[in-house]
Formats: sequence, C-alpha cells, structure tokens
Amino acid sequence: MLCAHKLSILRGDKRVLVDIDLALQPGEVLGVLGPNGAGKSTLLGALCGELSPAAGEVTLGGRPLQDWQGTARARRLAVLPQSSSLSFGFAVGDVVMMGRMPHGTGRERDAQIVGEALQAADAEHLAERSYLELSGGERQRVHLARVLAQLWPGGAEQTLLLDEPTSMLDPLHQHTTLQAVRRFAEQGAAVMVILHDLNLAARYCDRLLLLNDGRAHAGGLPAEVLRAEPLQAVFGLEVLVQQHPERGHPLIVAR
Amino acid sequence: MKAAISPRSLFVALGLLLAFALWLSLALGPVSLPLGDTLQAVLRLAGVPLAADGLQQAELIVGQIRMPRTLLGLAVGAVLALCGVAMQGLFRNPLADPGLIGVSSGAALGAAVAIVGGAAMGGMPEVFAPYLLSLCAFLGGLVVTALVYRLGRHNGQTSVTTMLLAGIALNALAFACIGLFTYLADDATLRTLTFWNLGSLNGASYARLWPLLLVTLAVALWLPRRAQALNALLLGESEARHLGVAVERLKRELVFCTALGVGAAVAAAGMIGFIGLVVPHLVRLLVGPDHRVLLPASALAGASLLLLADLFARLILAPAELPIGIVTALIGAPFFLYLLLRGRT
Repeated sequence: MLCAHKLSILRGDKRVLVDIDLALQPGEVLGVLGPNGAGKSTLLGALCGELSPAAGEVTLGGRPLQDWQGTARARRLAVLPQSSSLSFGFAVGDVVMMGRMPHGTGRERDAQIVGEALQAADAEHLAERSYLELSGGERQRVHLARVLAQLWPGGAEQTLLLDEPTSMLDPLHQHTTLQAVRRFAEQGAAVMVILHDLNLAARYCDRLLLLNDGRAHAGGLPAEVLRAEPLQAVFGLEVLVQQHPERGHPLIVAR
Repeated sequence: MKAAISPRSLFVALGLLLAFALWLSLALGPVSLPLGDTLQAVLRLAGVPLAADGLQQAELIVGQIRMPRTLLGLAVGAVLALCGVAMQGLFRNPLADPGLIGVSSGAALGAAVAIVGGAAMGGMPEVFAPYLLSLCAFLGGLVVTALVYRLGRHNGQTSVTTMLLAGIALNALAFACIGLFTYLADDATLRTLTFWNLGSLNGASYARLWPLLLVTLAVALWLPRRAQALNALLLGESEARHLGVAVERLKRELVFCTALGVGAAVAAAGMIGFIGLVVPHLVRLLVGPDHRVLLPASALAGASLLLLADLFARLILAPAELPIGIVTALIGAPFFLYLLLRGRT
C-alpha cells in the first residue's frame, strides 16, 4: 500500500504541496481533482519518488519509498505520465512488452499478459502497428496497456498512478479507459488517477481528493466532495449538482 | 519505421556481407590473391598445418599487411557503430553521434598535442612514436568526455541536455586548441596532423591492434547486456526508472563505453566519421529499434561497411591511398541528408 504522511514539496522557495496525508487503498480508485497548478502532478511525482519531499514521507508496503530497489519497486508501483516522448518506431506489442521488464515470468506468460493488457486498454487491434503511426489518443492507450501489463493482473500490494489518462481520448474511450482502470482496481490493486473531468471522476472514482494551491481542500466520497460550495471555492466555477438519472452519482453542470 | 525484414534474415545477410568484406579485404590490393590462396594463407596463419607450396608470398602479404589492417577495420567499424547505438539511445535521438560528447574532438586534440609537441621536442624515437600518439589521443578523448559528463551532472542527476550543450562548447574549444597547434606546426608536422585527422587504417600492426581489440570485445560484450534497459530508456528517463532501470548508472555506463570505444578507435585509426551515425540508423530502418537486435546487427554492419570503405580508399587511387575518413564522409554525409529530408515528409 502506498501512503503519504504530512507530505510537503518545495519548488525553489515555494511550497507547492503542503501537508498531504493519503493512503491508497487496495481495490479502490482515488481521483485527484484541482485546477491547473493545484499540485496534482507534483503529488504524483512525490508519490513515485521523482520529487523528494521537503517534509513528511512516502511509504510503500510500510517501507520508505526510497529504500526500494528499482526492480522490486517496479513490480509494485507503475506510473503513467501525462505524455510520452517515445520517438522510435517500436511495434505496439513491443512497447507494452516493456512493462514486463521487471518480471521474470517467461516469454509465453508475458505474451499472454501483453495481450490481456492491450485488450483492457482497447488497443488489441494496434498490436502489430508501429508506435509512430498512431494518433495521440491511441498512443495514450498503448502506454496505459504498458503500465497495466507491468502490474497484471493486479494484487492488493500493487499501486498504479495515472496522470490524466483520458486527456487525449475521444468520449467513448474516456469511458472505456476508466472502466478498464476500475476493473483493474477490482482485481485488487490500488489506483490513483488525476482527472480534469468532474463527471468522469464522479462516475468512476471511489474516493476523491480536491487539491487547491497545494493543499487538500476536500476529500472523501464523490457525493461529499462534488458539492457546489467546494467546487466554487476551488475552481471559481458556479455549478449545479444533480443526480445522474440512471446511476445516482453526482452530475455536475456549469451554470 | 517498423521491421522491414526479420532479425534472423538480417543476421544471415550481415554475416554473409561481413564474410565477403573480409575476403575482399584480405585478397585485394596491389597483389591480388586468388580465393584459395587467401583461405589457405589464413588457415596456415591460424596454425592449421597445410602444405606451404608456393604460398610463401600470399602468407607474407596476408599475415604481415592485410590481416592486421583487416582486423583493425573490423574492430574500428564495429566499435564505432556500437558506440553510435549507445549515444543514440542515451540522447533518445536517432540522429545522435558519438562525437556529441566530445570524445572525438578530445582524441584529436590529444593527437595534436602528441604530433606537434613531439615534433617540437625534436622528434621522438621511432619505436616510441606511434604508441605515444595513440595514448595521447585515447587520453584526450577520455578527459574531454569526463569533463562533458561532469558538466552535465547536477545534484546527483545527469542532464542529457546539459551534456549535449557542454559537448558542443567543449568540441568548439578542442577544435580551437587544435587550430592553435596547427598554426604552430611546421610543414611536415602539419601534413602528419592533417592526415591523421582524415583517418586511415594504413600502417596497422599487431602491436597497436590488441588494445583496440580488447576494448572492442569489452564494449561488444557489455552493451548487449544493457539492451533491454536501453529500450526502456527510449520511453523516457522517468519511465525507465519506473520500469526498474538504474538510469543514472546506465547513463554512466553508456558514456564510459563510448569514451573507451571511440577513444580507442580514434587512437588506432584517426578520425573516421559517420559510421557511428549512419550505421545504427540504417540497421534501425531494416529491423526496427529493439536494441537486442540493433546492437549486434550494427556491430556486424559497421565492421563490413568500414572494411568496404577501406577497400575503396586503397584501391581507387592505387598505388596511392585515399584517407578513409574522406570516403566515409563522402558516402555518409549525403546519406545523412537523405535521412533528414526523408524524415521531413
């Protein structure tokens, strides 16, 4: 389990993340929301060890994150960045296969997992294509398949961090992707996902964390966080919150 | 840019190409030897007891002249191509060149110090001269590369971008110093310096060969062990780290291998450009970017192409010889432009 205790991050002299407490529960999807510059990606960077905390600490399975060796950590923690700079023409299947690097599960099992991960990300039909021929959204799904393959099938001690996995996707794939993420969490892993779309967050996340100016403004169940007052306070946006007519989760409409 | 042919067929084709290049390199020259004689001479040199009837001349030519030269070409071509792959992986750019981190210009500066400094001290003893030149070139390459690497480091992290820019600055500085030595040199020294900078496999000897062979072997055995990590590095540094790759150590190893490999190659044969740039690129077009195939295939292709370029260099103006650096640049530069323009459409 990945936990943060009183986590603070400095960028220069500025505190960009202040006193964040967080525990990613197995089987749960935690959504992180907030305006641009609220510290969402900074939080993700701190949780995966890219940024070192000025105060507080991050633990993985009860041990400080920095004590984990590369491969052992990679078997437990996978990270999907906002965008990737891969500029070499690997076949899509080979890109996803890189997710299996930390494991020694053998070619046959790896190929099977790559197939399942591609299927989960709805990118199975791309497997033989060259990565460079793909559109931005297709590339995003391929990288999702790669990080899913890294943790597949997903267990209670494993954590997946996703930074805006739907930013380049069409409406259908925004939903299929988050459905895949949900299913992955239901297989046991803990998932944290940064999102911009409040309605996607309402529908697919078990809990939400609303960040504002580096601080946790609100946290809890979607129905507790996605209310008019906190959203007005954080985003400066006046909204109506209704109930989804079929599913019952909050539905946010700008006024 | 997906695989145009399977790795297996590529390795077969490259194996045949290398065998062909080796045969031509051993058989052709001022005295052309028939295939049978060449083969028998090689076997006798390798210690196979064959009848020596009428083979003395072939054995002498192959053993004393063409074999060391061929081995030198083989090693230089292979190690330059391998280091090219390492640098293109490090910079995550298919158009990167080993010269970027200053190893070539550093080696050239070392050589200039040895040539001009040696001449100024009244010339060195004949037996000593080639070793000093190679040693100075090798050390020059190591020192400048170490400096570039050091400048790229900050807070325990190596910034590849800073290294690239530091490399540009130090390359310029090294060439300015070479210019200074050129200015100070007398006519005879100037000629030596110029020809050294154009590269040549001429004057290969077993004594100067073995350090390069050892380095080439080490690089050729080491880099493929990092093939998977190099693949992951192409995704990005943090992505590679999240996949369990020790990225800082990998970068250090890549820089070290290149400093050693290119340094030794330049020390043994002078400046030979474009092999490290063009060969990996070419191989990538054929089989894709997977380093598990790219590294060994580039070594084979680099060795073959350098041997063929050397053959061209020594046959085209025979009995005179064209410096091989001119040949590789004449072929390599237009090819590089072709790749550049092709990528633009």
